[in-house]
Amino acid sequence: MGLLSRKATCNSHGQDSSYFLGWQEYEKNPYDETKNPKGIIQMGLAENQLSFDLLESWLAKNPDAASFKRDGQSIFKELALFQDYHGIPEFKKALVDFMSEIRGNKVTFDPNNMVLTAGATSANETLMFCLAEQGDAFLLPTPYYPGFDRDLKWRTGVEIVPIQCSSSNRFKITESALEEAYQQAHKKNLRVKGVLITNPSNPLGTTMSRAELDLLINFITAKEIHLISDEIYSGTVFSSPGFVSIMEVLKDRQLEKTEVWDRVHIVYSLSKDLGLPGFRVGAIYSNDPIVVAAATKMSSFGLVSSQTQYLLSAMLSDKKFTKEYLSKNKKRLLKRQNKLVSGLEKAGISILESNAGLFCWVDMRHLLSSNTFEAEMELWKRIVYDIKLNISPGSSCHCSEPGWFRVCFANMSEDTLKLAMQRLKSFVDSMNVNDSNKSHQELKNARKSRSRNKWVFRLSFQSFHDREQDER
Amino acid sequence: MAIEIEQPSVGLSKVAVSETHGEDSPYFAGWKAYDENPYHESTNQSGVIQMGLAENQVSFDLLEKYLEEHSEASSWGKGAPGFKENALFQDYHGLKSFRQAMANFMEQIRGGRAKFDPDRIVLTAGATAANELLTFILADPGDALLVPTPYYPGFDRDLRWRTGVKIVPIHCDSSNNFQVTPQALEAAYSEAESMNLKVRGVLITNPSNPLGATIQRSTLEEILNFVTRKNIHLVSDEIYSGSTFSSSEFISIAEILESNSYKNSERVHIVYSLSKDLGLPGFRVGTIYSYNDKVVTTARRMSSFTLISSQTQHLLACMLSNKEFTENYIKTNRERLRKRYDMIIKGLKNAGIQCLEGNAGLFCWMNLSPLLEEPTREGELALWKIILNEVRLNISPGSSCHCSEPGWFRVCFANMSEQTLEIALERIHKFMEQRRRN
Repeated sequence: MGLLSRKATCNSHGQDSSYFLGWQEYEKNPYDETKNPKGIIQMGLAENQLSFDLLESWLAKNPDAASFKRDGQSIFKELALFQDYHGIPEFKKALVDFMSEIRGNKVTFDPNNMVLTAGATSANETLMFCLAEQGDAFLLPTPYYPGFDRDLKWRTGVEIVPIQCSSSNRFKITESALEEAYQQAHKKNLRVKGVLITNPSNPLGTTMSRAELDLLINFITAKEIHLISDEIYSGTVFSSPGFVSIMEVLKDRQLEKTEVWDRVHIVYSLSKDLGLPGFRVGAIYSNDPIVVAAATKMSSFGLVSSQTQYLLSAMLSDKKFTKEYLSKNKKRLLKRQNKLVSGLEKAGISILESNAGLFCWVDMRHLLSSNTFEAEMELWKRIVYDIKLNISPGSSCHCSEPGWFRVCFANMSEDTLKLAMQRLKSFVDSMNVNDSNKSHQELKNARKSRSRNKWVFRLSFQSFHDREQDER
Repeated sequence: MAIEIEQPSVGLSKVAVSETHGEDSPYFAGWKAYDENPYHESTNQSGVIQMGLAENQVSFDLLEKYLEEHSEASSWGKGAPGFKENALFQDYHGLKSFRQAMANFMEQIRGGRAKFDPDRIVLTAGATAANELLTFILADPGDALLVPTPYYPGFDRDLRWRTGVKIVPIHCDSSNNFQVTPQALEAAYSEAESMNLKVRGVLITNPSNPLGATIQRSTLEEILNFVTRKNIHLVSDEIYSGSTFSSSEFISIAEILESNSYKNSERVHIVYSLSKDLGLPGFRVGTIYSYNDKVVTTARRMSSFTLISSQTQHLLACMLSNKEFTENYIKTNRERLRKRYDMIIKGLKNAGIQCLEGNAGLFCWMNLSPLLEEPTREGELALWKIILNEVRLNISPGSSCHCSEPGWFRVCFANMSEQTLEIALERIHKFMEQRRRN
């Protein structure tokens, strides 16, 4: 039988990384309050489960939206036939208004500059197809969302070159890091087409400062390249300093009629803010009409279901609802994050100070047996297999320093979070006790061989039916 | 048809500025004319009647009735208990109940003559995505797929644009009702070789768009033979399988494989969608069914870029799991399409126009070659313009489908009411009469 393409046989989909093994372990032994209280608690899934009651209550009060009715009349046929890649106009309008609202109405968006796609996964890949090709590279600040390795590179042939960030300055982007990354790309014979940032950041859980955004605008202006700002978590900012969108900075610097205006593109989605990853609602926003035109045609390969567009158009057009939702969602995220932070504190663990997202960037460097990624993996395996928490190791996010982990807090009940924190505390306490009883070297060796054996044992049970889960 | 690649404007990719999306072809110009002056039963009776859109509008009442009687399909039940789970579900394996329902539906369409394993079904946002995805998996940039002409104009974009793969046509003509022949297959393969292109597979549409006819069993066997000898893939786009007027006349490649005990089946992949049979193009429901495990796994991972809304999966899982509904729908839909087909063929015959004998699809393949000023592509386009501007019908010229013989046109009959179809036929009749008098 004929061979498959290089894309089919390469590993750029990234799913053989050890990172996904944590997922597999969870799948085999998932925590359940009643049925499996000793199972693995999922803390590697960046979902927002805190505000479903608000959505459900809206649905109960507005049954027409899900039943294909408008003003009591059936519009089923109209929706079923609607496959125009320009999208339902009312939906795009509602979506840009929502995006504006999230930004405190400091910027407005034109629905004609928006392209709907089946999720931000599709939006990011589509932008790559529009802006770059084989031999090109995009610069991304580390640490970054593991899914980008697949989304930006797999089918497009584009490369990612990291902009190294470190804890020395709380992982902020610096001018020298940008330049260094640019030079690195050149050394590899790659043509840099742009920078892609996630703001608020995944996995850091922080919003980008105005200074960083200014720096980026200066950089892309000087290099004449693009900037993609993935603002998928913009609606999850729960405390100060607040969210500053790249569009706001461009506006404040009066750059609307300049060349750089056309080279800034935003990606958005309802998967995080509204907690609707299953509905596949993503968007590209660009001020460049050629990009909008090309991306619109490309969206044919991943349109948003008209059934879903209609439902969300009704929901997001309800301004009373969106106001209430954004405000309550924010409060709940703040409360939940606080619970995670205080739980970690009790275990002697600190986090990178955060004000956004569905996760915290947790500092476990002091728990490493050595300042290496091997030690990080060791620790991670212990956390997955012994403490039974699935969290995401920083190395999977291409972090340059070992010892950092992303821990999600919005995808479980408060009780489950509490239990997770208890388990963590017990583990840390036992580590401290053991430490004081054994020599450091003995301890290191013991830990190494223990985890290696367990690891080898479990590896042979790897299931064929791998599962992809959302790693965002 | 050469792919023109301009120099990219500052900072965009070649793909972004290329014309390979194909949207500047005359096929799409007819759309513009329609959009500017659309026919309407009461408000614009002299407008352009859209006959270039392969939509199925004849069975909506059946779908609407189902929805009325089963509100849980669209609303997650009272108090929406299933809403949260559904909204969170983004597993690229797809809803198991939906895959099961799809497999059953596909089996029913084939009269139970082939079995489908739900675990081999990969879900994509429409057949457009399915075809592109398969191309990414089966071929590398610069490779070629062989496609019989005439073919659906969208393939130029779907198979080539972002993938960098080329299409080499398998030329078919009216001498044998446009059936694929072994000679044509070999000729296409040789042509690709002479251009230094590596052929990775053959892609057929069965029933055919734009021919509106099913492929004969012997032809399918010849094609299967050919791909096996050349050790390449076969993609069978069976998007119109449920639109065959009589159940027994459609033979799926799946049946042939089953009768051969699935020998050599790892090279075969089937594409399906609910856009035509169920008339739901807006919901973006496509599938890839592959007999090749590696293709299934890879396609599943790639489907991350084009998942079906879980809200829609839920709706259709309910609908298609209802055997009473699906059996009645398939049967009734076939009958209504046949009725429409008979109506248009009769009307065209009365106007003195011949069509290819068809038995499926939402369109017929009309022969207007006797009317051409000159038997060329230009002659065909000139006639097409007259039909668009004077007769005010948007129909699709064969050249947009890469037909090698000028004068053939695809005419859709299921995307309008019966009354509108009558009016369209009257206009054609008048036009032909005028022609005869002149």
